[in-house]
Formats: sequence, C-alpha cells, structure tokens
Amino acid sequence: MGTKELKKPVGGNNFTKIFKNQIFIPLAALLLLALFNLIADPEFFKITLGYNSAGNPILSGYLMTILDSGSEVAILAIGMTLVTAASGGQDISVGAAVAIAGSVLLRVLCGQDTRPETLQAPIIVAFLVSCIVAMLFGAFNGVLVAYFRIQPMVATLILYTAGRSIAAWINNNELPIVSDASFGYFGGFIPGIPIPTPFFIALACMIIIGLVLKFTNLRLYTQAVGINESSSKLNGLNPQLIKVISFVILGLCVAVVGLIKVSRVSSINYSVIAKDIEMDAILAVALGGNALGGGKFNMTASVIGAYVIQFLTTTLFKFNVQSNALPAYKAVVVIILVVISAPVVRERFSSAMKKLKTKEAV
Amino acid sequence: MKKKLVSMVLSLAMVAAVVTGCGNDGASAPASTDTTATADTTTDAAADTTTDAAADTTTDAAADTTTDAAADTTTDAADTSASGELITVGIINNDPNESGYRTANDKDLKATFTEENGYDASFAYSNKNDEQIAAAQKFVQDGVQYLLLSAADTAGWDSVLQDAQDAGVRVILFDRVIDASEDLYEGSIVSDMEKEGQTAVDWLKAQGLDEYNIIHLQGVMGTAAQKGRSAALDTTAQAEGWNIVTQQTAEWNAETAQQIVQSVIDAGTSFNVIYAENDDMARGAVAALDSANISHGVDGDVIIMGFDCNKWALQELLDGNWNYDGQCNPFQSSYINDIIKTLESGGSLSEKTIIMDEKGFDATTITAEDVENYGI
Repeated sequence: MGTKELKKPVGGNNFTKIFKNQIFIPLAALLLLALFNLIADPEFFKITLGYNSAGNPILSGYLMTILDSGSEVAILAIGMTLVTAASGGQDISVGAAVAIAGSVLLRVLCGQDTRPETLQAPIIVAFLVSCIVAMLFGAFNGVLVAYFRIQPMVATLILYTAGRSIAAWINNNELPIVSDASFGYFGGFIPGIPIPTPFFIALACMIIIGLVLKFTNLRLYTQAVGINESSSKLNGLNPQLIKVISFVILGLCVAVVGLIKVSRVSSINYSVIAKDIEMDAILAVALGGNALGGGKFNMTASVIGAYVIQFLTTTLFKFNVQSNALPAYKAVVVIILVVISAPVVRERFSSAMKKLKTKEAV
Repeated sequence: MKKKLVSMVLSLAMVAAVVTGCGNDGASAPASTDTTATADTTTDAAADTTTDAAADTTTDAAADTTTDAAADTTTDAADTSASGELITVGIINNDPNESGYRTANDKDLKATFTEENGYDASFAYSNKNDEQIAAAQKFVQDGVQYLLLSAADTAGWDSVLQDAQDAGVRVILFDRVIDASEDLYEGSIVSDMEKEGQTAVDWLKAQGLDEYNIIHLQGVMGTAAQKGRSAALDTTAQAEGWNIVTQQTAEWNAETAQQIVQSVIDAGTSFNVIYAENDDMARGAVAALDSANISHGVDGDVIIMGFDCNKWALQELLDGNWNYDGQCNPFQSSYINDIIKTLESGGSLSEKTIIMDEKGFDATTITAEDVENYGI
C-alpha cells in the first residue's frame, strides 16, 4: 500500500534504500522474533489441523493464535494511523469505545432480556447500530480535537474515563449473554473454514482502507493537514473536517473490534474488555515507524506493527513469562525499536554505512 | 458556519450523554456521591430478587452468627422510620461495574439502606484508594453516623479512620479488610477467601483423579481473593504432589485467560484441571477448550473450576459444562443492618470479625433452585 512515494532518493546503495524504507523496522522486528523462535523451539511454527467441539475443521498453532489475536490491534491500528497522521496525537479512548460498541451490540441483540433464547434482532442490524454509535463517539472526539483545539490525548481522556461506565449504563449494568451459535463465528471460526474469522475481518478492513487510500485523496489530504495545517487550509482544504473524518474512521474500526471482542466470549465485561488495547494500537503505529507528531504515514507498516506486537505477546506466553510481567518486556522491545527508528539514529547509521563504503572504495 | 453549528450541537449532545451516563451509575465520576433518592429504577426493580436471595443467605448463615432473619430487620426498620429519625450512613464501595459480584453487592446495599428501612444513605464509588479516602473524609465532615467501607486497598486508612473516631463516626468494614488497628472500627463482615479456596481444593482432592495436571488462572495479583484462592491450591498441590502445568494471572479477564489456555494447548502440554479464580476466566478457558475440541465438565477430560457464583456460571454447572463453582457471598447488607441495630440499641458486638457462610457447588448435585437463589 503506497510505500513507493515514501522512498527518498538515496544513492545507489540497495541496503541503505531498504533501511531507509519505513516498512523496514516492523519487518525486521518480525523477522527477528521469528528467528528467535526458530532457534529456541521450531515447534512454534507447527500448525495442525484439528476439529473444534462443534465438529468444524480448524487450524491451530501459535501462528494461528497470532493471526487471530493480532487482528484486533491491526484493525485499530488502521484508524489510529489516520488519527495520528491528521491530528498529530493519539486517541486513548479506543478501549473504552470498544466497550461501548460491544455493549450497544449486545443491547440490540438481546433487547430487554439479558439471556434471550433467540436473537432479538439480526446481527447485521445490531452491528450497524453499534457502528453508528461508535462513529458518533469518534465524531465527538474529533470535534473536540478539530474545532475546540484540545490536545487529542486530553480530549479522548474524557471518553477514556467515562466510556466503560457508559457501556455499563447502556445495558443497565447487566451482563447479557448471547446463546446463538452463529454469533460466535465473528470471533471464532465459520463452519468449514479452518482459519480464524478475525483474520478475514482484518483482511477486509485492510483491503477497504487500501482501496480508499488508492482511489480517494484521503491520504494526500490527511498528510497535508498533518504536515502543516495552515498551509493546507491556504490550499483549499478543510483541516477540521479531515481531522473529524479520521476520528470517525477510527470509530468504525472500533465497532468492528467490538464485534470481534464480544463475539469471542458471547458476552461482555465492561471493566476489562479490550483493556489497554489503545496502548497496543498506538504502539503498532509507532512500531510502523510513523511519526507520532503527525504527517506522513504508512498503513502497511502499522498493520505489520500490530502483528509484531501479538507475535511478541504470544512468544512471551509460550515461554511462560508471567502475564503481569508482559508489559515490562513489551516496554524493553519498544524502547529498542523506537530508538532504532528515531531519525537521528537512522541518519547516523546510514552515514556510517556510507563512510564504510567510501573506505572500501578507496 | 452551518457546519460549526452542527458540530456544536453534536458535541453538546454527546456531553449530555456522558453526563446522564455518569448520573445513573455514579461510577465514572470518581468518588462522586449520590444519594439513594437519585438512585434510579433499576435498584427498585432489582430489589425483589436481591432481598429474596439475601433472606435465604441469612437463614443459612444464622447458625454461625448472631443474625436474625431479614424479616426482623424490616420490623425494626419500620419502628425507626416511624419515629421519623433516619440514620445517616456513608457507604464507600468499589466501582459496581467492576464485576458481577460488585454489581450484586451494590444492589443489595441499595435495597437495604433505604428511607423505608430508616436510613439516609449516601454512596461513593471508586476503585482507587486515594479517592476512597477523600470520600471518607467528606463523609466524616458531613457528619454521618455510620461509615460503611469496602476499601480498594488495605493500606493508608489509619488517619482518616482516626478522624472518624474523633468525630464520633462509627465505621463498619464490609467485604474487604484493612491494615489498621481494630480499635478504629466497630466490626467487619468479610468473606474468608482462604476458606473459599480450601473448600474448592478439598473438593478437587475428593475427586480422586489419577493425576493432577492443573492450569491455574489467577486474579489480579495481590488482591485478597487472589491471595486466598491461590494459597489454598499452592499448599495442597505441594503436599499432594499435584503438577501445576502453568500458573498465570489473567487479571480476572476472560480474553487473557483464553490466550493463556490457548498457549498451553498450542504447546501440546496435557492437563486435566482448570482452576480459575473467577467465573469470567473460567469462561475464557472454556472458550479455548471448545475451539480445540477438548471435552470438559461432567464426564469430560478437563475439570473446570470457577468462583463467584454468577448466575450464568451456575447455569453452566447445571448443564454439566463446568464441574465446580465456589461462592463469594456479596450479600452483606443484612449483616451490616444487624450490627447497626445492635449498636443503636446500645448493645455491643460479641466479635469484631464476622465471616460469612459460603458454599461450593458441584455440577452433579446442583439444582435449579440453587441457580436462582445463589446466582448473582
């Protein structure tokens, strides 16, 4: 997805060119993790075909788990990349917004009864309603950021604080449970297809955003606003609108993730659903080498970044690292990656490479 | 200009939504206070079921404690309200959204401490200790007669409770214990988490499995529930030579539990018991088992154990999908009510700590009535 225009004309050295490419960082991290696992235990890459309790074929193995669980963050990373590029800040309310979207979804599906025998509304209707609600909340964040010029992190702090309570309030603090088996398909497996559905959903999101970026001016406008708001305004763009749009798109991503999350357990727990997922989404954007201060962005790199995070999490789980120690390990990796991807370091590195090359030539 | 207007209206509407959201459950505004008068209709609706359940529990527990049936307290309360003087109570609790347990606990309190029962109750909710302490200070300044406290954290309560004592506010702890001198409070009504864990582990031992390969899913580390429930398993596993396949905290979270169990399945390690320290985590674990076609529950390959007795969890037990669920009794309000009545009539408590009676349910013996009566 459009990595070409990000390549800068740098000498004739292929290596430097690759290194300069933004997508290098997440790919290198992915390869490093894969290599580590290959050496530590090649079993990591084993994928087996089995059957689940409903008798449907499923593929299982660590790689499948990564594709499965990483997809949620990948979807959020799409929206987060746009928000970051346009507003130069991050939305920290996505976890709470996922809770709201999931709660709305269950509310429509279950109606007044918290444990209905049959669904009260078609899943697609419930999903569309949750999309609208999530987009409204996205627009709320967007308006605060674009028109009231509040720092994105502060503006979204409102929903971050209030979101989970709103989610609980939507269902009167009840915990609805959906018994319909077809609702579980979105977070599990569709009968007959052995690959986890969340991956297909993520794939669909990627294709859609890829097409949108290719056939509309969204990329150009977003980057223009992110790089210099006033000059984009002078050029006839409406920076406020672009910012709101980016938040609305993130809202849509949130609704999709809400569907997956709620479908996974056919229920919801307001205080822990999608907990800290905003941090993973922001991390994915950062891992993708995107400037967190806004401007140019690379969607592919963000999506790969998201899967890198899940790769890391799954690897740590495999080695039985205490799960409450996971954030610490993640932090170490983040520090390394962010330092490597910092322009200063990359500049130094490539100049060192150049020097080495000229020395060789002499 | 038009667009601006639209966006203004939109944002106003959202703010309004947020405000109503807070107003209804009071949880989002940290340590906010709202009186029972503003508590909405959900409380009333819930009142029927909760009091039923509370009445049941009290009858069961009557053997252990000095409590009478809930019926008595209503008559007592009628007397008090007839005299027209309401007892003011400040109730500090954790966020009701935290879990089904807390929701049931909050409903139970709201159903008991009503004006009809002779109380003027104010509620404050927070999962953060400092906010709770601030709320306690406010209640002391307001001059409430009783301060009911379920502390988020055990430490840091000495000075504010000292202030309360100096101001003549009587403190009763419920659900959670604190690290403070016993002189600072009148009494505490708690669950014995270690006993809960021990009941569960004894049940597991009684199953007489050929070998025990256990996946242990822990709650948020350091909480009383986690410590108590883990300790029982740890000591017995060591004594009996049980094999703990993995011991991880899933932080009460179903999704994390699912990932942990999935990881064990992916590794190809065999196991036959899942000891989850709450129902949500057991649910997540079962989701992972289902997708790997590993049978569980009664006559299954893997024994599923959970805690808290959510109604849906007991239903799983009844359906034979799980094997065991340990109760964590959230209905403390009748106990508290009794203490207040005793103190008001000039009596004193025979013991400071009242431990509530708690059961463990087995999938083979549970009945539909149990699900109704003990499910939260």
